[in-house]
Amino acid sequence: MLGTAAKPQTHQPRSRPKDAQDKSSSASRMALLDSSKHSQDSVLSGVNPDLASERLTASFSVEELTARLDGGAEHTRMRRAVVEAIEKDPVFSRENQYFQSQNERYEAAVKRAVYLQKKMREMGWTENGPEVKYIYRCLSGDIAFSLHRIFMRSISVLGSDKQVAKWIPLATEYQIIGTYAQTELGHGTYLQGLETTAVFDIASQEFILNTPKISAVKWWPGDMGRSATHTVVFAQLYVHGKCYGVHPFIVQIRSLRDHSPCPGVTVGDIGPKMNFEHNDNGYLMLQNVRVPRENMLSKFCEVQPDGTYVRWGSQKINYFTMTTVRISILSEEVILPLMKACTIAIRYSAVRRQSKLKPGEQEAKILDYQTQQQKLLPQLAAAYAFHFINIYLHELFNRGYQEIQGRNFDSLPELHAFSSGFKAIVTQYCTSGLEICLRACGGHGYSQLSGLPSLYTRALASCIYEGENTVLFLQTARFLIKCFMAASAGQPIPPSVTYLSSMKPRNCPAKDKLDFLSPDIYLKAYEQTAIRLLSSSAAKLQHLIQSGVEKHEAWNQCTVQLVKAAKAHCHYITVKNFVETVEKLDNKAGIQKIMKHLCDLFALHGIFSNAGDFLYDGYLSGAQIDLVTASYLDLLAVIRKDAVPLVDAFDFTDKSLNSALGSYDGQVYQRLYEWAQKSPTNQQVNPAYGKYLKPLLQNKLSKL
Amino acid sequence: LVINDPDFQHEDLNFLSRSQRYEQAIRKSSLMVLKLREHGIADPDEIYWFKSFVHRGRPEPLDLHLGMFLPTLLTQATPEQQDRFFMPAWNLEIIGTYAQTEMGHGTHLRGLETTATYDPATQEFILNSPTVTSIKWWPGGLGKTSNHAIVLAQLYTQGQCKGLHAFIVPIRQLGTHEPLPGITVGDIGPKFGYDEMDNGYLKMDNFRIPRENMLMKYAQVEPDGTYVKPLNDKLTYGTMVFIRSIIVGDSARSLSRACTIAIRYSAVRHQSELKAGEPEPQILDYQTQQYKLFPLLAAAYAFHFVGAYIKDTYRRISGDIIEGDLSELPELHALTAGLKAFTSWAANAGIEECRMACGGHGYSRCSGLPDIYVTFTPSCTYEGENTVMMLQTARFLVKSYTQVSSGQRVTGMVSYLNDLSRQRIQPQHVAARPVTVRINDPVSLVEAYKARAARLVEAAAKNLQAELNHRKSKEDAWNRTSVDLVRASEAHCHYVIVKLFTAKLSEISNAAVRAVMTELCLLYALYGISKNTGDFLQAGILTDTQVNQVNQHVKELLAIIRPNAVALVDSFDFHDVHLGSVLGRYDGNVYENMFEWAKKSPLNKTEVHESFHKHLKPMQAKL
Repeated sequence: MLGTAAKPQTHQPRSRPKDAQDKSSSASRMALLDSSKHSQDSVLSGVNPDLASERLTASFSVEELTARLDGGAEHTRMRRAVVEAIEKDPVFSRENQYFQSQNERYEAAVKRAVYLQKKMREMGWTENGPEVKYIYRCLSGDIAFSLHRIFMRSISVLGSDKQVAKWIPLATEYQIIGTYAQTELGHGTYLQGLETTAVFDIASQEFILNTPKISAVKWWPGDMGRSATHTVVFAQLYVHGKCYGVHPFIVQIRSLRDHSPCPGVTVGDIGPKMNFEHNDNGYLMLQNVRVPRENMLSKFCEVQPDGTYVRWGSQKINYFTMTTVRISILSEEVILPLMKACTIAIRYSAVRRQSKLKPGEQEAKILDYQTQQQKLLPQLAAAYAFHFINIYLHELFNRGYQEIQGRNFDSLPELHAFSSGFKAIVTQYCTSGLEICLRACGGHGYSQLSGLPSLYTRALASCIYEGENTVLFLQTARFLIKCFMAASAGQPIPPSVTYLSSMKPRNCPAKDKLDFLSPDIYLKAYEQTAIRLLSSSAAKLQHLIQSGVEKHEAWNQCTVQLVKAAKAHCHYITVKNFVETVEKLDNKAGIQKIMKHLCDLFALHGIFSNAGDFLYDGYLSGAQIDLVTASYLDLLAVIRKDAVPLVDAFDFTDKSLNSALGSYDGQVYQRLYEWAQKSPTNQQVNPAYGKYLKPLLQNKLSKL
Repeated sequence: LVINDPDFQHEDLNFLSRSQRYEQAIRKSSLMVLKLREHGIADPDEIYWFKSFVHRGRPEPLDLHLGMFLPTLLTQATPEQQDRFFMPAWNLEIIGTYAQTEMGHGTHLRGLETTATYDPATQEFILNSPTVTSIKWWPGGLGKTSNHAIVLAQLYTQGQCKGLHAFIVPIRQLGTHEPLPGITVGDIGPKFGYDEMDNGYLKMDNFRIPRENMLMKYAQVEPDGTYVKPLNDKLTYGTMVFIRSIIVGDSARSLSRACTIAIRYSAVRHQSELKAGEPEPQILDYQTQQYKLFPLLAAAYAFHFVGAYIKDTYRRISGDIIEGDLSELPELHALTAGLKAFTSWAANAGIEECRMACGGHGYSRCSGLPDIYVTFTPSCTYEGENTVMMLQTARFLVKSYTQVSSGQRVTGMVSYLNDLSRQRIQPQHVAARPVTVRINDPVSLVEAYKARAARLVEAAAKNLQAELNHRKSKEDAWNRTSVDLVRASEAHCHYVIVKLFTAKLSEISNAAVRAVMTELCLLYALYGISKNTGDFLQAGILTDTQVNQVNQHVKELLAIIRPNAVALVDSFDFHDVHLGSVLGRYDGNVYENMFEWAKKSPLNKTEVHESFHKHLKPMQAKL
């Protein structure tokens, strides 16, 4: 007798009583459901005909588009080589990820991080080499010590030359493992509110660090709960009883000999979260922990032996570095995950059949339903839009970095506003797009094996970390209001916002639904809406202040509007950048044409979904909104034909998707069935049976 | 009775593995059955409350046995079958589940592929899962718990397919609990939530059951294979209406729980400075925070009233149904489909908004919000996928519109469509009808929502007609209009909700309660307008100035509701144990308790984690 269905019998599925010509029966014939083999692709061969047919009609060259996305064919080659090297190594396999406990996930992530060091040496890859981004992309972030890199970066940026010389080699050689402790239980985005203290003691030339109350416990830092030996701690600096504000200190928290916590240090894991099971996000409580004076990071300021506080240099460049972190997370943490989710959901929608569109025909692919297209295709367009805006932002920041190196800080406020607003809009949009993809896959999307729940829950942390999105939108709004006021007063304003001073045009000239496929038409509509939302917030703000409301209260009363204005600005810039990117493409291999369709779809979907903002003040009329809707719905049907090739172009391997629904071959059902066999619930004896079910079934409840 | 019973205590579920959670759930279910018998509790409502406290509103492996297997026996089994199965099932010698969904087939029932072929020679049905796509997939309690299942399969007799029928199929050996020969059964693996539930798969291979195991109260197969048709198939509507009304109630409850947590926490959490030099304010004082949370609070109340309305209506007309009067059923059926979708979508998004409004700590499982979300979100899919539900409502709306166009009158919630025909005497677009909206008056706002629904239903119906004129296939035309149709359904449901909320106000006798409910009702209605200004502007229901006033009034209402916000969530009266949230505690002692909670995390079981010795230390030595 079998144990607990650990291994179902192998048998040939028989054909249906009424033999259908439909493709699913031929697909099933190849499915010998043998779960004893544990390799993901053990018995699957051939591409599901429903998916294969989608690829025959591509209007463009997939390979060519992939090269575009990578920034050139040579990059594609390098990326594929890196991915191949990593994926063939079983240590890096994420095959069992969905079945592991928090403890197992953590251990596997540590193991991977350790092996990665070995692998990099083997392959001759370095931390600063061009391969690095492909390595982390390929590992999907499922690896320990990501905070170690932030630890090192913060020492490089905030430390004196002497400090860099002392700590960086130790960290590079992993003689110490670092993390970055800023957030506290009671304090997040608002840094000045931190409560941890560092009091300078002249007698011993040491800082004494303390956690004065429960809300000051450091909370959330990654790698801290179990791994880190050292951390950068942000604390309020006190010298001679005077507070100098928040400063960074290097603090050792665990013994280098046996890894036990240092005296005065209470450290541990903060418990299960919505995702990041592999990461030991930690807490840290300090009781009279002493560190030498040299452990305060002192590139910009220092406490001298006699307690004199001195500040030098400009902190602006440091400020700039923190700003760039917001932009640097976008690709790996949200844009690539959205691309993966689109790949999974669109491939699955080409395989899944549901109900009949026409009587007598076989059930239709769900991708043929207009409502399904309306869910998924705008997300696909957004993935492309954000991919391009990400490239734009990186170019902008590289230029900015050059300028700042040359001591020109003029562009800093603009860059800061960009990083805040785009971090917020991209993370928010991608997160909600991921959820739409998840729900568009019906019941199977809810299974962890689809890969979608974990993509979603991971991405949504991005709406909070590196600055909570609402707060960030308001920072952008503050910049925009300033620019708007300057423009009204005839003063010069930064290039990205010059549109704010453009004259109010007459109403939208579009007369036909085809007019809305003209970028000039929809860009102008976006521009007008952004200006209008901002100018009305500015007017309201001024009005409140003039009528005697205190400034901060007036600001608070306008924040709902201001957030909206900041979003409209970022949305406009994203559409504009998409248009400009498409214009620059040549139409080799049909790429410009399909990208133009996606750009139109992204733009019109935005108008369709926010019609009120465009109708208000009559820039668009009700009749024109109907034209937008008609054009938008037409585009869905056009892009539908290329939907699968468009996700194929993202070029994710099956292993990196790690999804039973989204694999390249579309053998969805066989894979779901095979993977389910691997679940511990099917591999272990059912412990509840003997203990509880048996007495229950045999009506001997009283014995429990 | 339950909360303080030591038998029902256990470690925080967040720290348990799936297998342990399943085991705990089974343990509690077993005890629960025992105690229900002990206390002599048999009333369904009381059982429901008892159960919801034992499992704290969470799913459990016996859900399908209690909620589907037993009721299906009662409604679809013959007296002989009831004798054979009901008492053993009642005594839990038989634990059953309900196996409908297949790997490749969900909402579209006719597409199911499992077959039951009648063999007159042995008087047995032969059950088969002919393809991979036909494997039963998802039924709760199927994986490890049940020893029987009610299986839905295509019935073949005398060489003909007679459509879907239900069969009682034993799947595990009584006594050993081993799968029977010909049965392959197991757990479908980890999901987003529902960790304690063994959702399962079932594959049948020439598995034979006696003829008497087909549920034959309605349709029958006689010993020689002759098929006897059932009398009426509309009756199944009743069950669907009932289940969907439960989901609307669930939407209200889940959203209320999320609001309770987020609003209490926002009163405890301090952040940044509003005014230079002053202490950090409660985040609940920020307009943006109020704008995130209070409309959801209003929606939670609105959905609560809608759930109660559907339940009452269902009770009222179920008497008629037994009498054979099914006249009101189609509208209620169509309405509940849309409301199920509308409220579950809104609650789903609202729970996420609440979680994000709690910042980083909302992401920790100790907030309880991730759990509420993952448990609730499948309701957008099960019991009818939401988009499909919206299209069902749309079908009814278009039908009603067509009736009105052909001169008939319609009744009930769609009666506003009657006004369209009067409108049509004049050549102008329906939207041109002047509606004077008073934005401080809920009754007037109901009219505004009504006008919007009328306009969108008409627009969808006209677009459908235009598509029909262009192409031959009805189905193509329907598909090409489906985005419009879903919008029309949404507008209709939105109208119904605002209408029901408004109607409720006059029933509240306490003046203070009525005042605060009126504020919430206004907020619900006005916020809905401000989020959908396009519809109202395009239809000419509101002017630019009025839209401005609406936006302004929404913000004023936020400030008015602010002082009552915590009291309004306290009124939901969730016990801390039921809320399961450190952030949402009644006493607001958030930080101390987060720290205590974290100390219990499995990673903290030892001071030095074993991976240090296994991986970290060797690496440091080697590098």
